[in-house]
Amino acid sequence: MKYKFTKKQKRLLIRIIVSAAVFAVGIGSLFLFPSFPWIGRGILIASYLVAGYDVLRKAALGVVRGRIFDENFLMAVASLGAMALTEFSEAAAVMIFYQTGELFQSVAVGKSRKSVAALTEIRPDTANLVGNDGVTEVDPEDVSVGSVIAVYPGERIPLDGEIIEGRTTLDAAALTGEAIPVEAGEGDSVVSGCVNVTGAIKVRTTKEFTESTATRILELVEDSTSRKSRPEAFITRFAKYYTPAVCGTALALALIPPLASLIFGGEPAWREWISRALTFLVVSCPCALVLSVPMAFFGGIGCASKNGILVKGANYLELLAKAGGAVFDKTGTLTEGKFRVSRVESLCGLGEEDIIKYAAFAESVSTHPVGVCIREACPDKPAAGDVMEISEIPGRGVEATVLGRRVFVGKSENAPLSQSTPGVTVSVLIDGKEEGRITASDTVKESAKDALAALRSLGVKKTYMLTGDRENSARLVADAVGVDGMRAGLLPADKVGELEKIMKESSPVLYAGDGINDAPVLARADVGVAMGALGSDAAIEAADVVIMDDDMKRLPLAVRIARKTVRIAKENIVFSLAVKAACLILGALGIAGMWVAIFADVGVMILAVLNSARALRIK
Amino acid sequence: MKKTYSVEVDCANCAAKMEEAVKGTPGVAAATLNFMTLKLKVEFEDGADEAAVMKEALKRCKKVESDCEIFF
Repeated sequence: MKYKFTKKQKRLLIRIIVSAAVFAVGIGSLFLFPSFPWIGRGILIASYLVAGYDVLRKAALGVVRGRIFDENFLMAVASLGAMALTEFSEAAAVMIFYQTGELFQSVAVGKSRKSVAALTEIRPDTANLVGNDGVTEVDPEDVSVGSVIAVYPGERIPLDGEIIEGRTTLDAAALTGEAIPVEAGEGDSVVSGCVNVTGAIKVRTTKEFTESTATRILELVEDSTSRKSRPEAFITRFAKYYTPAVCGTALALALIPPLASLIFGGEPAWREWISRALTFLVVSCPCALVLSVPMAFFGGIGCASKNGILVKGANYLELLAKAGGAVFDKTGTLTEGKFRVSRVESLCGLGEEDIIKYAAFAESVSTHPVGVCIREACPDKPAAGDVMEISEIPGRGVEATVLGRRVFVGKSENAPLSQSTPGVTVSVLIDGKEEGRITASDTVKESAKDALAALRSLGVKKTYMLTGDRENSARLVADAVGVDGMRAGLLPADKVGELEKIMKESSPVLYAGDGINDAPVLARADVGVAMGALGSDAAIEAADVVIMDDDMKRLPLAVRIARKTVRIAKENIVFSLAVKAACLILGALGIAGMWVAIFADVGVMILAVLNSARALRIK
Repeated sequence: MKKTYSVEVDCANCAAKMEEAVKGTPGVAAATLNFMTLKLKVEFEDGADEAAVMKEALKRCKKVESDCEIFF
C-alpha cells in the first residue's frame, strides 16, 4: 500500500532535510575555521531554529499557560541548556532527531490507520433509488425503509433488504473474510457491505442506513479501540507520573551533587552535572511509550477484522489471550444447526436410494424440518403426476400416492427407538408395510473438532458444552468434537448458572454461541463470542467478539491474534522502559551523553512502532 | 446524549491530554478520545447545550495542545 504524506508531514520532512544540511555546513565550518567558532555556532543555531521553532513556541505557550512537563518543554529545556553549555552541535542534533522521530511516528500511525480504514471501506456512499420517474442516485441516509434500490454489478449493497428482482452472486469477503461468493435470488435477504458481483438486482430495503449491517459493523470496529486494555491504561497512568518524576530527578542531579561538593569544600563541577541532567531530560520524553501499546492493539484488532473477527475492545483481546476455559453452545455452534439425513435403514430389502426417493416424493411439499432434509437428500425431483393425493396427518406424518404406490412417512408406532440414536427417526411405510427408517440429525460442523484441538494446543485447558438438548444426543456431539465436560437439558436460564460454575474453576472463560438465543450467556461470560452473527442484531449487541461467518476455525485464530498482540504490547513496554532506564542510569553516571540519549529516545520509538506494525500481519 | 467528533492531533500523549481537557469541561459527563481512529466521543450531561460545551472544550484543548482541532 502506497502512503501519501500529508501537507503537515511534507513540511516537517522538508524542514528536517534543510536543517540537517545546514547542520552539516555548521559542523564543517567549526572544523575549517577553528579560530572563529561563532561562525559554525551561528550556522548551527540556524539549523536548530529551522528544526525546532515550533517546539520552542509550544514550550513557551505551555509555560505561559502553566502547563510544563510536556515533551516540547523537555526538548526545549534540554536543547537550550545544551546551548548555554556551548554544546551547539548537540542542541541542534537533539532537535533534528526529535523531529525525525515525530515525523516517523506520524507516518507510522497514518499508515496503520490507513490499513485499518481499508477494512472499513464497506461504507457505501450512494444508493440508486428506484422511483416512478427512473433511478436517482441519493445519499443512503435518505432512503427510507421499504424503498426499492437498484444495485448494479460491481457495486456495494448500501442497505439491508430483500431481493425483489434479479439473480446474482454476492461477495461478502469484506464482512466475513469468507472468499467464496454466495448465490442470491428473489426473496433472499441481503446485507449491506456485500459486493454485488454478477447481475443487476433490485432490493427492497428493510432497514434504515444507521441500522444497516455495514454501518453497525463500522461503528463497532471504530469504537473498539476506545475500550482500553490494561497495559494501555497502565502506560497512560505511568506517563503521567513518569515525566514529572524524571524532571525532578534531573533537577536534583543538576543541583545536589555540585552543592554537596561545595559544602565539603570540593569543586562543584556545575557544567558536568548540568550536562548530565539535560541528558536525563532528553531520555524522559514519554511519547514512545504512550504510542506503542495502543498501536499494537489497534493492529491486532485490525488484523482480526480482516479475518472476519470483530473484537469490541482492546480489553477483550487481552482476555481472549488469557482464556483458560472455553464453553460452547451445541446447536448452531458446534453443529450445523440444521437437520440432515444421517442414517437410512432398510427393513425389507428395498434399496436405500429407493426408500429415500419414495419418502422424499411423499414429502415434496412438506415444510417440516425432517421432511425438508429428506427432500434435500434425494437427487431426483418428482415429475408432474408422480405424486398425488398428498395429505398431512398433523402430529404423525405425511401420506401420499407416489408412483402409484401408497406411501406413509412419519412417526413409527411400534419402532423401538434406540436411546443411543440422536435426532429424529421416521418410518417409511409403502402400501402399509414398513420398508425402512430414516434418521435425521443435526450434524457436527467439520471445523468444530479441529478448532477445539487447536484451542487446547493453544493452552485453553478446559472445554465444555452446554445445551438444552437431550442427554443422549448431546453426548454424541460432545464425544464427536471432544469436549472435556458437558451439561445437557438446560434451560436458557440454567446455562448462565452452569457458566458461572465453570467460571469459578477456570478463568477467564470464553463462551461461543450462535448468538440469537444465547444473549444472556454471551453477556455473562468473560468473553462472549457470537458465531455466524452476520445480520443478527442481538448477537452484535451482546457479544464481545463477533465471528462473522460460521467457521469455528476462526476461534483459535482469534486467540492466536490476541496472544500475539498482547505479547507485542508487552515487548514494547518492557523494551522501551528497559532502554530508557539504562540510558537514565548511564546518563546519571556520566557515561552516556546527550547523543546516546537522543538516539535511544528516537530509536526506541521507531523499534516499538515497527514492532507494533507486526500485529497487523498475524497469520 | 452521545456524540462523536473527528479530531486532529499529532501525538498520542497530546491526545491523552486533550481527553483530560474535554472531560473537565462543564456539561460533559464522559469523554473518550481514540488517537488511532481520531474520534472523540462525548457524552453530554442532561440539558447541556452541545455547541456551547464543545466550544469551551475546544478552547480547553487548545490550551493543552495548541496544534489540535475538533470538528463540530
